[in-house]
Amino acid sequence: MTTDILRVENLTMFYGTRGGDVRAVDDVSFTLKEGDSLGLVGESGCGKTSIALTLLRLLPENSKINEGHVWMKDTDLLALSEEEMRHFRWKRVSMIFQAAMNSLNPVYSVGDQIIEALDEHIGLMSKDQSRERVAELFDLVGLDPALMDRYPHEFSGGMRQRAVIAMALSCNPDLIIADEPTTALDVIVQDRVLRQLEEVQEKLGMSMIYISHDIAVIAEVSNRIAVMYAGQMSEMASSYAIFEQPLHPYTYALMSSFPSIKGKKHDLEPLPGEPPNLITPPSGCRFHPRCPRATSICAEEKPPFKDYGDNHFAACWHPLEH
Amino acid sequence: MATLMETKPLVKVENLRKLFPVQTSIFSRAKAHIHAVDGLNFEIEPGSSLGLVGESGCGKTTTGKLLVRLLEPTEGAIHLRNQEGELQDIAHRAGTSLQIFRRRVQMIFQDPYESLNPRRTIFDTVAEPLSVQNLGTLPERQDKVAELLHLVGLTPPDQFMYRFPHELSGGQRQRVAIARALIIDPVFVVADEPTSMLDVSIRIGVMQLMSELADRFGVSYLYITHDLAVARYMTQEIGVMYLGKIVEMAPTEELLAHPQHPYTKALLAATPVPDPRLGRDPIEIKGGVSKPINPPNRCRFYDRCPIADDYCRDNPHPPMEDKGSGHFTACYKV
Repeated sequence: MTTDILRVENLTMFYGTRGGDVRAVDDVSFTLKEGDSLGLVGESGCGKTSIALTLLRLLPENSKINEGHVWMKDTDLLALSEEEMRHFRWKRVSMIFQAAMNSLNPVYSVGDQIIEALDEHIGLMSKDQSRERVAELFDLVGLDPALMDRYPHEFSGGMRQRAVIAMALSCNPDLIIADEPTTALDVIVQDRVLRQLEEVQEKLGMSMIYISHDIAVIAEVSNRIAVMYAGQMSEMASSYAIFEQPLHPYTYALMSSFPSIKGKKHDLEPLPGEPPNLITPPSGCRFHPRCPRATSICAEEKPPFKDYGDNHFAACWHPLEH
Repeated sequence: MATLMETKPLVKVENLRKLFPVQTSIFSRAKAHIHAVDGLNFEIEPGSSLGLVGESGCGKTTTGKLLVRLLEPTEGAIHLRNQEGELQDIAHRAGTSLQIFRRRVQMIFQDPYESLNPRRTIFDTVAEPLSVQNLGTLPERQDKVAELLHLVGLTPPDQFMYRFPHELSGGQRQRVAIARALIIDPVFVVADEPTSMLDVSIRIGVMQLMSELADRFGVSYLYITHDLAVARYMTQEIGVMYLGKIVEMAPTEELLAHPQHPYTKALLAATPVPDPRLGRDPIEIKGGVSKPINPPNRCRFYDRCPIADDYCRDNPHPPMEDKGSGHFTACYKV
């Protein structure tokens, strides 16, 4: 029996702006089992990155967490002090940021930047020890350890992304959150980086949260998928079940609007309208103004995030055939 | 009127090359060149769209800019059929004759946040090609802009005409860019990754709009994209580019079903499939894309090719060969 490494309960998070509060994450709950990989998928502004930043407590100052708990094993991350959280980051949970390949410091060698992270979080090691550790990490992510004294500009985009992954792995975290880890990369490089991540995850037994707008990438790397819309969780199930039998009309719409090179060329169905403004989100189900199945109850009451069996959850008053 | 024979092809590109000098110092002449586009040959039929796919740095955007003459080619010819039905080479035109040519071609750019002037109203932006070309009076332009905004789904037009880009969403901005490109009734439009910045649910709407308008006005697109799945829906034919060369060209479904060049195979194998129930082939190629700076005279793909041998090393870049069913491939090993 595997245990839950992460349990997010009723998380609600706002950003305060001059125009009013942006309800970026609204009552989101999910769990992640040890060694599992969860894909968070949704369009821009649906709250995927806000969840990641909340888990790491890296939110900007204008944000406030109104409600909820983030349990990692037995620790409520939201109850930790800033100092305690600092010890938690990197060692227990680390993150690969979007366009992380541009986040390396150009004036330090790649190896030195990883050593700096090691020194900061694990404590000072001898020079040989830390260089050995960096070599090990380079090897793990498929980089030649001989390149550790090179500078970021000498690396290609794919290599920089690998270096950032090595850095995220440096303190042996239990959980890695990868926010659009391959969005800026070309397909062939993307494929390699994704496979490397999968391989490393399997080898080290880590848990992963992948965040992407690209349902094809998510389908490749995660065994569970959570679909978000406008700050709320629409549906969550095993990757297979999501594709085999989507329950939420939004999940279905996302999938039928995604072109594929494989299989029969089906007609793509556009989704009418645009994602809502989260300062004044629609009442009831936030998807109802764009939903082909919506009725009056959808505008009035928020549907519960209900288990339809086999850990297949959906929040919809009129789910598709089950 | 022109017969069918005389209208084909609409665009004919011959041995198109563009070299960019790699500057060493201000006083010395460039010793090396990036061979961004190196000997392209292709044709586009009227009303049909060609997709150019490939990784970043392969020269697809440079090709697009050459075809609308935002860049001047180093060598080669770009023939475009004019209103009288004659093919004319526009590769080295300048001044008025270039301006006349620009009534026939337009470009849609990738980033709708960057390609619209933030200080101009939507009306100014969409009407700009008309004013550049000195077409129509103000009321005529207003009518035309309203008509185009209506066509691209920005309705009612008078609610959008005098707004500014920052008041519109990404999808709406890209619709404005499409309206601007189509307002002077071009026959040929270069679309450079027009949907890659848009959200999934918005993207399909813009893709469908572009297809619909192409059918309606008989516009041909050169559709530049890194995404083969998008190219599948937008084009009748696909050319795969690698370091300045087209290595394979075939009708879209034929290319996806029966790729021949090892690079095309790798691209297809690396494209994620949005369905965990469908498997993928493993990809075999090594290394990453390099820059085509004074490339050696052999197959551009040699360094990464899984099936290359001594013959590929010792011979020049392979020519495009007809493999039947409209399929052309540049590879000695196929």
